[in-house]
Amino acid sequence: MYDGKYIVPGLLIFLAVFFIPTAYTYATGGPSQPPKPALPANETQCVESKDWMRDNHMQLLVQWREDVVRNNDRTYTSFTYNKQYKKSLTNTCLKCHDNKQDFCDSCHTYAGVSPNCWDCHNVPKEVSS
Amino acid sequence: MAKMLYPFLIVVALALVGYAGGSLPALQVVFGIIIPYIAMAAFVAGFAYRMLGWVRSPVPFRITTTAGQQRSLPWIKANNLEAPANKLGVLGRMALEVLLFRSLFRNTSAGLRGKRLLFGEEKLLWAGGLLFHYSFLVIILRHTRFFLDPVPFFVPWLQAVDGFFQVGVPAMYITTATILVALLFLFARRVVMPQIRYISLPADYFPLFLILGIGTTGVLMRHFFRVDIEAVKELALSLVVLQPRIPANVGPLFFAHLALVSSLLVYFPLSKLMHMGGIFLSPTRNLTNDNRRRRHVNPWNYPVPTHSYAEWQEEFKEKLEMAGIPLDEDLDHKPEMAAARGGHA
Repeated sequence: MYDGKYIVPGLLIFLAVFFIPTAYTYATGGPSQPPKPALPANETQCVESKDWMRDNHMQLLVQWREDVVRNNDRTYTSFTYNKQYKKSLTNTCLKCHDNKQDFCDSCHTYAGVSPNCWDCHNVPKEVSS
Repeated sequence: MAKMLYPFLIVVALALVGYAGGSLPALQVVFGIIIPYIAMAAFVAGFAYRMLGWVRSPVPFRITTTAGQQRSLPWIKANNLEAPANKLGVLGRMALEVLLFRSLFRNTSAGLRGKRLLFGEEKLLWAGGLLFHYSFLVIILRHTRFFLDPVPFFVPWLQAVDGFFQVGVPAMYITTATILVALLFLFARRVVMPQIRYISLPADYFPLFLILGIGTTGVLMRHFFRVDIEAVKELALSLVVLQPRIPANVGPLFFAHLALVSSLLVYFPLSKLMHMGGIFLSPTRNLTNDNRRRRHVNPWNYPVPTHSYAEWQEEFKEKLEMAGIPLDEDLDHKPEMAAARGGHA
């Protein structure tokens, strides 16, 4: 063994780093269950189908933002239900999904996504409470 | 051409196999759990095996490099970073090497300008290498959001800085662009420069294509054919906490990504990618340049039987006296020195 006093500890550090994720997750209370976002009680359908929204909501919201802020186009026609909605995060989305923590944050926190909606918007209930 | 084509086809085949395996629910266990675990075990075991192989290889002598003035007389200014005389200097030199690729920064190239042979600085390889490695580091740290729960504090910071330009939704990261540009540059360098193309082997192209494939499938998953990120995290986390299970709705594209990552893990200890551990064992970088101040003994020296003049004179003393040959008088305290001259420890 040559220079083992340097190489073996180095190798042990490498192994420790490799197992950090496992140790970290168990040290912080084990793996959490996949999130189940709380759905609104008084409404059964969103502006589009559930699967489509799950996949595309972020792009829809950014599209809405640009339509409203840049083009003053405030009406959205659902291609699934052929209904008209007002393009508004606070007045349309948050009207039904009124609990940001239980709805938006449940998945975003789990997957480590930090959308920039709340850089400008506030959450009505959080402000008042 | 085959040197380039075969590695390329192998990478494409690996991705397709992963994609096909991910499309068939029956095979998802193989491609989502069994192969990744085998790959991780092969990576760790192979890495340790290679390092322990190097522990057994002796470094006989300090290799001094002429990159800086060695410590000598007090009025000659020494360069402790380029020719370190102590452990602190070695630490600095290793840090420069590992973190900033100091040796690569010294790269030069020779070329003909008309009939004149010119030597010039060649920083592009260094710049491309640095760009690739640091992009890869940031990407790996960003990926901890998939296999750490809760998501560590630094991930949102990295995402904010890396996604600073907010191009598209989900935002494109700067490192996504830089790693692809760096990889394409490192590949183009091997194709465009005739000397480099001549010495390039399949083992040089394969890792480039493999990491390009990983990057491409990643970009496709984030920006073009989005996969269910929640299912991906569920799968990744279940592997990490050793309770593997396959959630529904993991797209086949993710399995292509995972197959390529698994291939990289298996390939890693078998290939030149081991420079990740090997760089720490660079003998011209990690040894103090003190061979003129301290005695270094070859570690594989064995005792060599010697027969000094003093011993020889002792043996034939009587015969020498009888023959009238003059004897060295003061040899009584010389045998020690003679033994030391023998060269063994």
